[in-house]
Amino acid sequence: MTRRVAAIGEGSYAVEGVYILASGTVVGDKEAQGPLGHYFDVTWSPSGSSRSFEREERELLQRSQEIALAKARLDWPAVELVLGGDLLDQLVTTSFVGRAHGRPLLGMFAACATFTEALAVGSLLVAGGGPAVVLASAVSHHYAAERQFRYPVELGNQRYPTSSWTATAAGSSVLASAPGPIAVEAVTIGRVVDYGQKDPNDYGSAMAPAAVDTIHRHLRALGRTVEDYDAIFTGDLGEFGRRLALKLAQEELGEDWRARLDDCGRVLYDLQRQDVHNGASGAGCSAAVFGGYLSHQLTQGGWRRLLLAATGALLSPTTAQQGESIPSIAHAVSLRAERGGEAR
Amino acid sequence: MSQSAQARYQYWVKTMRPKKPVAMNLVAAFLVGGAISEVGQIIQWVFLRQGLSPEKASTPTAIVLIGLSALFTGLGWYDRLTKLGGMGASLPITGFANAMVAPAMEFRAEGLVLGVGARLFTVAGPVLAWGMAAAFVVGLVRLVFGVAI
Amino acid sequence: MTFLWAFVIGGAMCVAAQCLLDWTNLTPAHVLVVFVVAGAIAGGTPWYHALVQWAGAGATVPLPGFGYTLVKGIGKAVAQEGVWGLFTGGLSAAAGGIKAAVLFGLAAALVFRPKA
Repeated sequence: MTRRVAAIGEGSYAVEGVYILASGTVVGDKEAQGPLGHYFDVTWSPSGSSRSFEREERELLQRSQEIALAKARLDWPAVELVLGGDLLDQLVTTSFVGRAHGRPLLGMFAACATFTEALAVGSLLVAGGGPAVVLASAVSHHYAAERQFRYPVELGNQRYPTSSWTATAAGSSVLASAPGPIAVEAVTIGRVVDYGQKDPNDYGSAMAPAAVDTIHRHLRALGRTVEDYDAIFTGDLGEFGRRLALKLAQEELGEDWRARLDDCGRVLYDLQRQDVHNGASGAGCSAAVFGGYLSHQLTQGGWRRLLLAATGALLSPTTAQQGESIPSIAHAVSLRAERGGEAR
Repeated sequence: MSQSAQARYQYWVKTMRPKKPVAMNLVAAFLVGGAISEVGQIIQWVFLRQGLSPEKASTPTAIVLIGLSALFTGLGWYDRLTKLGGMGASLPITGFANAMVAPAMEFRAEGLVLGVGARLFTVAGPVLAWGMAAAFVVGLVRLVFGVAI
Repeated sequence: MTFLWAFVIGGAMCVAAQCLLDWTNLTPAHVLVVFVVAGAIAGGTPWYHALVQWAGAGATVPLPGFGYTLVKGIGKAVAQEGVWGLFTGGLSAAAGGIKAAVLFGLAAALVFRPKA
């Protein structure tokens, strides 16, 4: 298989010879009870009582990586590079899990856009003739994130209609130069966009402009329109953020994305029944929704093309307290179903 | 990104943002806050019946309320009450207790000294600090201007 | 009658706090600080004392009652000890509640785990 990468626009690259062999997903109870529950590999419930939420997050990530490798029929020594990240300070989850697998590791942070950042960078490296097998992953844990970003678990507070619920989820995908059921076509690296939104209870409105910017640049570089895709999934804009993204596309670009654009955070939960307000967020959300639901649509659901553009709100609790606005980023990856390619 | 695009976007955000259920929040705050105050009144009444003066009864009343709140927080009930009642559950002294108990429980994994001990005041600290500061100033003003108690 | 007014005044104070939370950009922590400071200021006037007589726990259980307790304690201590009462009075009056919260907080941390 020839591996090739070509610059096709600012931050956009067409890649050849890069495939996703398999994905592993692990989710918490609440995610398993959502509408996508049966697409995930493992529903994970906390075991012993002496453990911390941070430890639980590590277990989630490790399980998802092991499942992805098992489905791709690979062992750890075959993995030439591990890429990925999480939401915790100093990327402890990704690094601590690296202690167990011992493979070359690059930790990444782009908040909820981490998974597509890992997919994009991994695809570029594989296409460029670097590592032949890359494991890309992202994880988040509701309560570990909550205690770091917001409040202690048992402290009462009301949520806002625009609040998102950090998902307890992990997703890992095996990228390789060997043919597989899903091919990576092109990637676009996002740039930081900030339209001055400041409300830390509303990431959707902060991230929507970044999503539109990246999707627009990606389509323009490829000379495509939204109609060339079966679906375009952003990551974690939620219900409100999706509406804003549609509005931006309509007003600023004069394009109607309604039939194609959906959002990982919007589909993970039943928004009414599960009381999550605006939807899911967290680095693990788009990773698990892709590894479970979206990749299934590509391999078995009849979709031909998917554009995955996860978005990240790049703030910290400190910058929020200091009254700074929320810079955001989105990284996009175009994926194509490989019919006839051996489903491994 | 032009200035006008940004301004336009901020306008959309403002107009399209889902509204908070304010009317429901206010009713819930009234009912929950009223109910907690009522429980306090009943506890105080019991102490008054024991022969305590109204002055003396307020401290044991507060202690019992705080104890109940700690129990409810420990059992994982108080956060649900707040989710429903908002400020109705946060403003009473039971909410203050919840704000001390919850972080103490949460940071157990970080140890008894730097976890539990240090985090006890993360949420309640600002209330204590500014309450004390305000009371000092008010007390000083009353002392200087000789206002009767 | 105090039983009725305790409910009404306690509830009304929470409604006022909820208004502040829902109609401004203040966080819950900011709202609580605003109310404890407001209670301290109101506690310096005879009116809050009258409200306590009238509504009982309705005026003492919500956080403004805490501000009132601090100010009342200072007033009492100043009457007894002079200027130094400004420093000792507030916390002496509120000691029971604060110490209870500390002790119960420690106890809960030892007994319970966050369960969400």
